[in-house]
Amino acid sequence: MAHFTCEVVYRGIFQKNLAARICRGIVLSSRKAGRWGIAFGRYGDSPQRNGIPAKDFAIVADTQEELEQNMARYEPKEVDVTICVDDTLSKGVESWAWYGLQPINQLIVPNGTLLMTSLQGPAELLKDIHRKETPYSLALIPAKASFSGLWVYKEDHTEARALGALAKLQPGFLSLDAVCAAIREAEWGSELKAASARKAHDRLETLAVKITEGNRETPFSFEKPKWWEMREGVTIPAIPVGKPMEGGKGYVPERNPYFKKFTTRTMRPVIDFDKCVKCTLCWIQCPDSCFDVTPDGLYDADMESCCGCGVCEAVCPAKECVTMVREDAFEDNASQWEMWRKDKPQYTAWLGNKIKSKEHVVRSHGFRFRGQYEQEIKLEMDQGGIEITAGIPGENAAGKQR
Amino acid sequence: MAVETKTPAAGTTASDDREMLISGSEACAEALTLADIDVVTAYPIRPYDTVMQAIAKKIANGLLVAEYIVAEGEHSQFEIVKHASTVGARVFCGSSGVGWMYAMECLTVTPPLRVPMVAMVGNRALDDPGAFGVEHNDALSVRDLGWMLIWVDTAQEMLDTTLLAYRIAEDRRVFLPIAISADGAFLTHSQTIVQVPTKAKVDKFLPPYNRGDLLLHPDNPITVAPQANEDWVIEIRRQNNEAMNRAYTVIEEAYADFRRIFGRGPENPWFEEYMTEDADVILMGMGTISLPFKVGIRNMRAKGMKVGLIRPRWFRPFPTDRLVAALQPAKAIGVIDRDYSFGSPFGSGVVANEIRAAMYNAEKRPPLLSFICGLGGREVTLEDVYKVTDLCFEAAKSGKSPLKTQWLGVRE
Repeated sequence: MAHFTCEVVYRGIFQKNLAARICRGIVLSSRKAGRWGIAFGRYGDSPQRNGIPAKDFAIVADTQEELEQNMARYEPKEVDVTICVDDTLSKGVESWAWYGLQPINQLIVPNGTLLMTSLQGPAELLKDIHRKETPYSLALIPAKASFSGLWVYKEDHTEARALGALAKLQPGFLSLDAVCAAIREAEWGSELKAASARKAHDRLETLAVKITEGNRETPFSFEKPKWWEMREGVTIPAIPVGKPMEGGKGYVPERNPYFKKFTTRTMRPVIDFDKCVKCTLCWIQCPDSCFDVTPDGLYDADMESCCGCGVCEAVCPAKECVTMVREDAFEDNASQWEMWRKDKPQYTAWLGNKIKSKEHVVRSHGFRFRGQYEQEIKLEMDQGGIEITAGIPGENAAGKQR
Repeated sequence: MAVETKTPAAGTTASDDREMLISGSEACAEALTLADIDVVTAYPIRPYDTVMQAIAKKIANGLLVAEYIVAEGEHSQFEIVKHASTVGARVFCGSSGVGWMYAMECLTVTPPLRVPMVAMVGNRALDDPGAFGVEHNDALSVRDLGWMLIWVDTAQEMLDTTLLAYRIAEDRRVFLPIAISADGAFLTHSQTIVQVPTKAKVDKFLPPYNRGDLLLHPDNPITVAPQANEDWVIEIRRQNNEAMNRAYTVIEEAYADFRRIFGRGPENPWFEEYMTEDADVILMGMGTISLPFKVGIRNMRAKGMKVGLIRPRWFRPFPTDRLVAALQPAKAIGVIDRDYSFGSPFGSGVVANEIRAAMYNAEKRPPLLSFICGLGGREVTLEDVYKVTDLCFEAAKSGKSPLKTQWLGVRE
């Protein structure tokens, strides 16, 4: 008797279909060897919001009886493999569904695997991934995060590559042939996708992570109250009013201490305080009240409560004052205004470094104008990308139109 | 129409009470005036609408100052008072039959939000067929949700119970809604002599509603009813369960205080016992069904038959221990339901199966016979009473319960 449990940690909405396809693929691939499986999304993650960390699971077992032991629950207690399809989630995840910050590797069993899509190297990633008390492996599929919205699916073969990589990690449960067969049979499957799975299988590199390695920060957490400690009448205290920042000047709103939101972020605003015209628009329009008013009348985005929606950038009338920058360019949530106040020339250099890099300011999700998707496709093709639209709809999908 | 009578009836003790000839609904409105309610919502449906008319008249005559809001339906009717209660208003609401059912969503949210709403249910058969007569299924539909449920059988009891209901519901240990059930027509539309206490006595008995830490007010900034996932729901249900359990003590205390201040009211809040001391057969039924049964019992007692009646008042919280103890001496029990529960165990009504469940671990389990009677307001006759009693005596003799539920007063 044996079973295999896998979670896919993804960005709500943007990667909803990707995660679902990976989990379905795991079950369908294992079925080729007669195994039984279940694929499900974490119920508490629904309804999803743009970018919010969410999870899907796949469990396969030798027998239906063994599978039953793992059914009728929202979330497994431990997993053999965590698949993370956006490397900015390596900073930890906080969803609707649990409380506090959950390190990306939290559920991995001793000597299990964290499989990530990323263009960063292990050393870079381990600056963000929290230390774990037991050793595990880090396996990397070189790829940028496959983002699309709820209504579109980016046919970049990420799901096929994840399944191919998983066949390398867990050959006892999913043979590469079984994965390829399941991909071919899937609605959007194609030979090209099966080839992508094989490539990912053959090229996968894994690295042992020691218990001494990783981000040493203690993740934010709290205890859930007992029933008799909770307020009655389904009531919760409101967030109190804020306080001046210092010397009776400025304003810092009180924020929900139990839900910080920042792990929802894939891009963050970087502010050039020297260009700020103090128009107040970012402060007023921010849907998460994440701006502190500084004593000198500037607006400093609190990085624990910013979910990276980009509204501040959109409403800012000053040229190049607010710029959205990809989250993987940062290692902490430090205050930009404090940095600026302390050493202006150094801040200016830091700022320039962040916003000048093309890689950093490419929009990671969503589109800012009509036709941006076509522009991106062209850019990628010019850079040597492969035309894959031939597979859309895939051979099997065409068959289903009958 | 409410007419104040000039001569106090013989045998009344509380001399400063006013005596009035009023219906059960008007008695409720008298109590609401004495309780000085703040917000009342209304939407007409027979037989509850008699209460809303009586309150409107009180306000129009300047006897009661309250917000009187005519909603566009029962759903809004119950929502409005729920919110008003949350900001600290003493509220009243009510309905009947399918009107009560239309408010069901609001009825479900009221107990978890710990809103001490008092509602009057003028019991009415559920559609279809559209009918006005009494059945108890309307109020019973909320029996599992955290509503406290009580049935009364006279206009006097309606008045007293309305005052008691505010005292119990608004106790911080409880904070749960109460529905007072009154049989349509027999109680809501029939006028009898009622003793109405003075405001001074009521003020002594009923403190102002204090929502305390749950008050929705700028000085107490809270969020009410946020969405919660599986990490919170069972704890909230557990709190609700605890509040209902605490109600047992609070009800006992309230009735004791009521007797002390008003000089009347039952020793036993939970159920009325009539000629049960030496009874071999105990009959049970809620609401005005007690009236023909009491007459029948007196007639049978005159013939030497040892039969008595237990009329449950409180159905939620259910007085399990006390009721089981009271039923222990019986040789047979006959439960008469003015409701139905199609497809239930033995096809019995709701009350009979509750009593069966309560008796399961009792030391003695006398034969229990279940009857369905008086649906849709069909008159319960003395013949029905005698038939029930005869069948119970047969079971007492044989020691066996006929499991099949019997329908009485049906043309067949």
